[in-house]
Amino acid sequence: MLEIKNLHAHVEGNDILRGIDLTVKPGEIHAIMGPNGSGKSTLSYVLAGKEDYEITEGSITYNGKDMLDLGADERAAAGMFLAFQYPIEIPGVATMTFLKTALNAQRRARGQEDLPTPEFMKLVKEKAKDLNVSPEMLRRPLNVGFSGGEKKRAEILQMALLEPSLCILDETDSGLDIDALRIVSEGVNKLRDPNRAMIVITHYQRLLNHIVPDHVHVLSRGKIVKSGGKELALELEENGYADFIDEEAA
Amino acid sequence: MNAEARVKETQAEASLIEQFSKLAKDQGGLAAETREKAFADFRSAGLPHRRVEEWHYTDLRAKMREAYAPAEGGRTPEVLPAPVDDGPVLRLFIVDGQYRADLGSSAMPEGVTVSSPREVEVKDSLFPSKDAVIDLNTAFCQGGVVVTVAPGTELTEAIEIVHLVTQPETASYSRNRIEIGAQASVLVIERFEGAASDAAYQTNAASEISVGDKARVNIIKLQDEAKAAQHLDSVSIKVGAEADVHHFTLNAGGDLSRTQMFVEFLGEEAKLGCRGISILGSKQHSDVTLFVDHAVPNCESRELYKSVIDEKARCVFQGKIVVRPDAQKTDGQMMVQSLLLSEEAEVNAKPELEIFADDVQCAHGSTTGDIDEDLLFYLRARGIPEADARKMLILAFLAEAVEETENDRVIALLESKVRALLGAEEYAE
Ligand SMILES: Nc1ncnc2c1ncn2[C@@H]1O[C@H](COP(=O)(O)OP(=O)(O)OP(=O)(O)O)[C@@H](O)[C@H]1O
Ligand SMILES: [Mg+2]
Repeated sequence: MLEIKNLHAHVEGNDILRGIDLTVKPGEIHAIMGPNGSGKSTLSYVLAGKEDYEITEGSITYNGKDMLDLGADERAAAGMFLAFQYPIEIPGVATMTFLKTALNAQRRARGQEDLPTPEFMKLVKEKAKDLNVSPEMLRRPLNVGFSGGEKKRAEILQMALLEPSLCILDETDSGLDIDALRIVSEGVNKLRDPNRAMIVITHYQRLLNHIVPDHVHVLSRGKIVKSGGKELALELEENGYADFIDEEAA
Repeated sequence: MNAEARVKETQAEASLIEQFSKLAKDQGGLAAETREKAFADFRSAGLPHRRVEEWHYTDLRAKMREAYAPAEGGRTPEVLPAPVDDGPVLRLFIVDGQYRADLGSSAMPEGVTVSSPREVEVKDSLFPSKDAVIDLNTAFCQGGVVVTVAPGTELTEAIEIVHLVTQPETASYSRNRIEIGAQASVLVIERFEGAASDAAYQTNAASEISVGDKARVNIIKLQDEAKAAQHLDSVSIKVGAEADVHHFTLNAGGDLSRTQMFVEFLGEEAKLGCRGISILGSKQHSDVTLFVDHAVPNCESRELYKSVIDEKARCVFQGKIVVRPDAQKTDGQMMVQSLLLSEEAEVNAKPELEIFADDVQCAHGSTTGDIDEDLLFYLRARGIPEADARKMLILAFLAEAVEETENDRVIALLESKVRALLGAEEYAE
């Protein structure tokens, strides 16, 4: 469903992604690990359509469609969702208005009718309850004053509501306390589906105990230097990245 | 006039001289000599230009190429605009500069009187300084409205004053006065509209507002003039002790507009909020010039003006807060924020403080920027198309100015107005 080929991305004179190849099939969960600054968030931004990066080579194809021609909103409507590493606060935008606008924009892009407001309200309440997002948080402007962990839960709430076919989670576990990690993981697992794929970026095995990946990749200096099964994450937890990075440098 | 005599009148000045010579000067409740004096003052200064400090950014001599003749009275608009919201309202219409009692609400509630201005109201001007535009208003005054609200009156109805222009290529000069008694509570909505949206005309309005002690007043000005119109509005507000006054200007219409406000505190412990939003595009030029005089101690003023400027439009904000030597414990905070949506959009923001007292809390600031790309990406990444995401962020930027008015009816009506202006009706909460 997602095919990334020889992807190179460039920003302000730096090559950040230097030839990424990755194929993700429906139902699969791929974990991406790698040292700080290796390009994990950049990859997630480039997938989601952030315009700061220049794609110098390669392609991103999603469900047969070339994504590089599409804007971020069109990619979202095509089913991609990025849960941000650092969700931003938007004062003056009411959370509920935002959620409704986003949901209906995607429905319209797919030729569906707007969801009637009462049904929308019911849906949000239901999903919010699952993720322990309080009604009080929903009354605030988007992400404003949310704690780090609350922001992450709010991201997963958006994901649950929008029901994307490809979920990209960028360090969703960082900043979560132990209970929140469990709640969020349950939320994510609830979305596991034979037709839905996930790319989970994380530094810790801990998250992968809850969300068990089919494949684990190590990203280093803009390239995937190692791929393996879920046992690779355990190995990394044990020994760190040194082995792979040295391998690459050599 | 200094030694360097003005070489020649501009075409607009020559027209004004010609029009004044033909004017029937003893009409509209005004004595001829009041008009003569004002016009003589205007003539010696001429139309304000770049070298007049208060008009530096709005060179009226260059921008007002023509001066249209005063409109004839007595025309009745084919349709009257509907009220801005469905709350209770007392409607007053000023058509082509004249008050038209026949068009508005037929009866006023107890405590409210409405009449036309007379000599006494125009001559005892409350405007603190000489200004050529106010002189022109006095010289050509065609009418207007005098509203009084008796002390203690708590009006549930908003007083809506609708200025309408029915005739293209005319000028309207109205003089208005609103006297609000002590402890009264009032919402005034002042609207400026042209009958045909593409008509060129000129509006020169002047309003003098006095607010009694402990009164609570909200004044909303909705400037929705026709696209080619020139709008000049001078407002004076005198604030009594312990009064609570909010003024809001929503600038959207007109090719050229200037709202000049002169606010003075007359008694202690009063609170003032002057706020506004300008939404500009094409080649619009819109100027808000504000002078706040903290003449007495222990008063608070908040000034917050936000503008969204697109295409080749230009927005001017000048704000001066003066804190007199006696005005200890003054709290004055002025902020002006602009969002530039195009490369060619322009803003001139000049907030100033002049403080002569030592125990005060005052600050001012100004910011100018464009739409934050990271915020835009976040919204787009959730499937919101770029144009809609931009609208949401513009609304978000403007929201603060509206919310600070702290009056539910005012907030609702301003929000719906702003959304309509931005074509963003669907983002109602
Ligand atoms: N807009 C930018 N301008 C300049 N450099 C950038 C930009 N965006 C990313 N980089 C650089 O690209 C590299 C990769 O950054 P990225 O955020 O993708 O790393 P990461 O793998 O997500 O790291 P972390 O584990 O710390 O989240 C970093 O060296 C970063 O400084
Ligand atoms: Mg990162």
